[in-house]
Amino acid sequence: MTSLSFLAAADASGLWETLGQYTLIGLTNGMLFALIALGYTMVYGIIELINFAHGDVFMLGSFLALAMINVMTGRDWDWSDPQMLWLGIGLLLLVVPLFCAALNVTIDRVVYKPLRRAPKLAPLVSAIGVSFVLMNVGLLWGGAADRHFPDLISRQNLLGDDAAIGFTAKDLMVVAITVPIMAALTVFVKATRLGKAMRATAQDPVAAQLMGINIDRVIALTFALGGALAGAAAVVYGLYINTVSYQMGFQNGLYAFTAAVLGGIGNIPGAVLGGLVIGLARAFGSGYVGERWTSALVFVILIAILVFRPAGLLGARTREKV
Amino acid sequence: MPPLLAVEDFYAGYGPIEVLKGISIEVQPGEIVALIGSNGAGKTSTLMGISGCLRPSRGRVLWQGREIQGLPAHEIVCRGICHAPEGRKIFPRLTVLENLQMGAFSRRDTKQIERDLQRSFELFPVLAQRRGQAGGTLSGGEQQMLAVARALMGRPTLLLLDEPSLGLAPLIVVKIFEVVRQLNREGMAVLLVEQAARMALKLAHRGYVMEIGRITMTDRAEALLTDKRVQDAYLGE
Ligand SMILES: Nc1ncnc2c1ncn2[C@@H]1O[C@H](COP(=O)(O)OP(=O)(O)O)[C@@H](O)[C@H]1O
Ligand SMILES: [Mg+2]
Repeated sequence: MTSLSFLAAADASGLWETLGQYTLIGLTNGMLFALIALGYTMVYGIIELINFAHGDVFMLGSFLALAMINVMTGRDWDWSDPQMLWLGIGLLLLVVPLFCAALNVTIDRVVYKPLRRAPKLAPLVSAIGVSFVLMNVGLLWGGAADRHFPDLISRQNLLGDDAAIGFTAKDLMVVAITVPIMAALTVFVKATRLGKAMRATAQDPVAAQLMGINIDRVIALTFALGGALAGAAAVVYGLYINTVSYQMGFQNGLYAFTAAVLGGIGNIPGAVLGGLVIGLARAFGSGYVGERWTSALVFVILIAILVFRPAGLLGARTREKV
Repeated sequence: MPPLLAVEDFYAGYGPIEVLKGISIEVQPGEIVALIGSNGAGKTSTLMGISGCLRPSRGRVLWQGREIQGLPAHEIVCRGICHAPEGRKIFPRLTVLENLQMGAFSRRDTKQIERDLQRSFELFPVLAQRRGQAGGTLSGGEQQMLAVARALMGRPTLLLLDEPSLGLAPLIVVKIFEVVRQLNREGMAVLLVEQAARMALKLAHRGYVMEIGRITMTDRAEALLTDKRVQDAYLGE
């Protein structure tokens, strides 16, 4: 081989490495969006409501995580000890999802449930109202400025210091938390009695009742699960992005909601796929086009997909009825 | 002994529109009762009222002597009233097997459920062939069989059947009626709503005739079959 072709190969590999890096960033971010998107899509699947407050439940979850870390640090929790670190994260992943689940169920009980038989617009407008209320709670709790979320996890490249692609412990953390959660959710919905009852209720609530399914309980369970996923996402987001603010629910909620629509609203694998597509679009957008155009790019993709596949990537085709 | 089911002076409607105007129906244990009447008379609403999906504005539903009107639908199923609703209402994206499992949702006796599943497949072999297929991809007849089999998975004391013959090939209707008769011989009571009045009355012990929200006639099925007014209005030629 001549040295010339060697050089060409090196150039190409630089190109591929950049591409690989963006893909990695896109997928990691995408998994976060997917986790939030699942909450939108599951609730929509069951009661055909876009729970605009979902993003703000996520935001409050991250505030709780931050508060917990501050308290724990104040009591000399040693985050630099790997065992304590993972134990602490485990604790956050227990408490914050529980909090978000309870909050989401309460919102449904107090605000949406009384409107179950009202025209669809009523709960929708209420959801926007709840979103504003929660955002203001966040504003009071955390203030208007961005807040630093402690950088507890190492940014050291797991692939080696001089590897061309960076895959840090932080990236690994995102994957290691989100993937098992999504896998567990899939198994739950596919294979368990309650999961099947959830799908049945989503497909035909009247028939579900006639089977003996308590659909109020199924709806509450759906809000609880969606909230818990948002809570887990809130912990991961804080640890990964290291900045939280009262507006993060709106911004990320919008992306996650877009992901849900993109994948086919009401469709669980669709939400995951949509999340990954949005994550990738944002990563490639800011890598190759420029940060400023990222949001526009995401929505161009959304519109393009909805023009060609109005039900979303994996959305149900119009229902067969004989 | 009180009747198995007694609907007493039942009034209900949708919003301001009252569609049931004082219905009274009884079903004795082990009995097949047909409810016939033209389109829009309120037959489906009556069944929905019994199974708890339509709330009464007045009147009672007694199950083995106890009031059940106003209970949520899922609690009524637990008492042994299973409903194969109009339009089948199969879960389109659950498999045939999952649809049947949902029929047994109110039960906890896992072993007996498994036996009842096998039995559904014996009664309707086509469902066994299609067990892994999504409910929405079945033909109309197969869906109706699934709807009946799914209701039977609840081990009903009383089966509510709404227009099982609608839009189906005669052979399939015969098959479904055959299954109903067989299960009735084993003690299950049936309240059957049908447009195909002649067939329904041939299967039933007793019948009720319903017109715009009221019961206008009731008698033994044979008597209704030979009644001049019933023949003219519902039995055609
Ligand atoms: N969901 C509904 N909302 C409003 N009106 C209804 C609804 N369902 C049925 N109706 C009306 O109630 C009346 C009785 O209908 P139904 O019980 O379906 O009669 P049948 O089963 O005898 O054909 C009809 O006039 C019908 O238009
Ligand atoms: Mg009807």
